[in-house]
Amino acid sequence: MAIDSNFLSSLSYFSGLTAAELEVIKPSFFEKTVQRGEMIFLEGELADTLFFLVSGIVKLFKTSAQGKEQIISLARPREVLNDISIFDNGPNPMSAQAMSTVNLYCIKRDRLESTLRMHPQVSTRIIQVLAARTRQLIALVEDLSFKHVIGRVAKILLEHTSDGAGSGQRLTQQEMAAMAGTAREVVARSLKAMEERGLIRLERHRIVITDKDALQEMINQEV
Amino acid sequence: MLQMPEIDQDKCNLCGLCVEVCRCSAIVLVNNVVMFVETEECHWCALCEAVCPTGALTCSFEIVSED
Repeated sequence: MAIDSNFLSSLSYFSGLTAAELEVIKPSFFEKTVQRGEMIFLEGELADTLFFLVSGIVKLFKTSAQGKEQIISLARPREVLNDISIFDNGPNPMSAQAMSTVNLYCIKRDRLESTLRMHPQVSTRIIQVLAARTRQLIALVEDLSFKHVIGRVAKILLEHTSDGAGSGQRLTQQEMAAMAGTAREVVARSLKAMEERGLIRLERHRIVITDKDALQEMINQEV
Repeated sequence: MLQMPEIDQDKCNLCGLCVEVCRCSAIVLVNNVVMFVETEECHWCALCEAVCPTGALTCSFEIVSED
């Protein structure tokens, strides 16, 4: 399948380029298909190719020394996967794995650099993309350092406990996130942490509170 | 009847990301409609909800106490 100029123009990096300019940069790209489960790149490796997601879903994650996986984000089509390591010449800060069959547009670092020299307006777009990402990360830092989200999630669980007859209110992780003033990923992480501490049990479409007193204590400590 | 995630067809833009991400093939696209196939293999991972760009898909939890 050939590189599609229309798709290139839909990427934030290249949205300001004319049709003629897109035709000029198009030969710098090549396509890659990755099957579900395959790794696209690994944390700690050096990168020489920038990847844009054309179709499919990619999991971006970090792995702790104990082998515990932490999902940073699920990338959707039109997102760039590894700009940090391409622009700072450092190792990949996280790994990327295909969650479905994935199509990528790829460009080698040297070709990208010559594109930036030829079309400086692309650099301006890249700065905007990186600034938007920095803003998201600052919000995440705020969540993780100041908000004590886990206590808020504990409070939500206790306030929305139903009788188990199936008639009570149901909540999605997204709704809990909106209530706690945080991101869905932070709620998922909080629930997992509570399960690891033995305070709740995550079942299929049910959250079972196993230690109500400990949850209450968590609220008193952290809210 | 087995409980499955829910979809609001009015919000669904048929992007198909949920179909692609589902590990147990519980989500299918039939005649331009996203549908769920009842299966015990669905462990409520909520990845479909996470990737849905329009918030059409929801994996809700009932919260109960063991006490």
